[in-house]
Amino acid sequence: MGSMKVELCGIPLENPVIPASGTFGYGYEFAELYDINELGTFSFKGTTREPRFGNPTPRIAECTAGMINAVGLQNPGVDKVIAEELPKLANCFRKPVMANISGFSVEEYAATCEKLDKCQQVGWLEVNVSCPNVHGGGMSFGTDPKAAAEVTAAVKKVTSKPVILKLSPNVTDIVSIARACEDAGADGISLINTLLGMRIDLTRRRPVIANTMGGFSGSAIFPVALRMVYQVAEAVKVPVIGMGGVSSAEDVVEMMLAGATAVEIGAANLVNPYASRDIVRDLPRVMDKYKIDNLKEIIGGAHNG
Amino acid sequence: MRQEIFEIIDNIPLTERVYKMRLRGDTSAVTAPGQFVNIRLEGLYLRRPISVCDVEGDVLTIIYKVVGKGTEQMARMQSGKLDLLTGLGNGYDTTLSGCRPVLLGGGVGVPPLYGLAKKLLAEGKQVTAILGFNTAGEAFYEEAFRALGVKTIVTTVDGSCGVRGFVTDALKDVDYTYFYACGPEPMLWAVYRATETSGQMSFEERMGCGFGACMGCSCKTITGYKRICKDGPVMRKEELLWEA
Repeated sequence: MGSMKVELCGIPLENPVIPASGTFGYGYEFAELYDINELGTFSFKGTTREPRFGNPTPRIAECTAGMINAVGLQNPGVDKVIAEELPKLANCFRKPVMANISGFSVEEYAATCEKLDKCQQVGWLEVNVSCPNVHGGGMSFGTDPKAAAEVTAAVKKVTSKPVILKLSPNVTDIVSIARACEDAGADGISLINTLLGMRIDLTRRRPVIANTMGGFSGSAIFPVALRMVYQVAEAVKVPVIGMGGVSSAEDVVEMMLAGATAVEIGAANLVNPYASRDIVRDLPRVMDKYKIDNLKEIIGGAHNG
Repeated sequence: MRQEIFEIIDNIPLTERVYKMRLRGDTSAVTAPGQFVNIRLEGLYLRRPISVCDVEGDVLTIIYKVVGKGTEQMARMQSGKLDLLTGLGNGYDTTLSGCRPVLLGGGVGVPPLYGLAKKLLAEGKQVTAILGFNTAGEAFYEEAFRALGVKTIVTTVDGSCGVRGFVTDALKDVDYTYFYACGPEPMLWAVYRATETSGQMSFEERMGCGFGACMGCSCKTITGYKRICKDGPVMRKEELLWEA
């Protein structure tokens, strides 16, 4: 059996498979189903400085080969995450976890990161500047290179943990944003967050989602995500985490060939709670099939020649 | 929660748009009436949550109304296999019922009350059920409830069978110690105002996962934010933020 090991910003991962933020809670719900230590790591539910209920319901809509969500960063707030969620996670997960952070001001991002910096369980800070479901924050930081760089610099000042900026695809030029983050000190880039979308209920003739629009995810978005990962991987030197519609071990290999060091699995976890584990277990078969001995060596392979 | 493959035993129409499907498989994760299953269907991304009507050994019964692509697909199935997540949600708590609980069901809110009635009867309680429908043609399961030994009252909005009006109209003449309700939200609101005792109500919401991971179906309660799929779908009257 070949090696699935990779290294993400200096921290080793047994395999590159990472359930994405917002699809895996704080981990322990899934630990009731299987040993989540089989995963590379996972990115926990987007956390903000203050507790948030999020948006009104309905927050979910079905799409062809995907779904729309407009949850709006519901979370118990960073203090409660540290006091209650992380201790629960410690009972079932022994690897460093990726902390996903969001905010509504540069100061808020920094304050939340500063608190999580002190948590030993946290390996990486994944800073979400791309949530499409909140106003006056989230995505607005990820659609402007200057704002994205400001958040990056502010967070870097308060932590010694690797900082990964999670980018929005809802921009004209994602490469310029990725570069701005790298220049401001980002240790890694993860992409893509969801694509802004909507559905209309024909009976009511109104948007399905109470918040009108939401983030489109699921296997339908994979080609768009792959393209952006390919472009960003070519433009930056820091590691890239690829995500967006990844639903199989083959998709993971494709993302890695496009330049991803690790790969996040999102909506697939909601349809099949075992999806991430199944992908980890299926990777050796796919590696065998495509004659891959060492997964690490194929990163960015599609760019050569 | 368990993910299991179930085999369709049969799938018969009860009314023009309501179907009863019986499935055979591992039902061990179903622990309380009022829980639901989440069904994977060909060509649809999200699973479809459907409440459990009854479990007898390895046979699981669901009753669903055809309302969209997913349930249309289900209605056409005569045999084959379905991928189910089972044992989802909290279900009804029967320990609080007192000796004379009343069950209030509206439309396809009726099915989960059947399994509940069975459990309450097994616990030696005297059960009354009020089953509300729009019209006689949409009514189902009256006989099934009667056969269990439940005092059963049917109401129809147009008066075409049973008591004319809503379930709350028939409730006036019932002597009860506790209530259990399932139905559309306007009905639950009416039940909330009409009932004089404590009780439990089952809620519906568009769900992403159905098992508590996505926060797609959250609601606010007196005891904090709850996920309809995981902390619900059954809520206690006392924890609702409704003002009577």
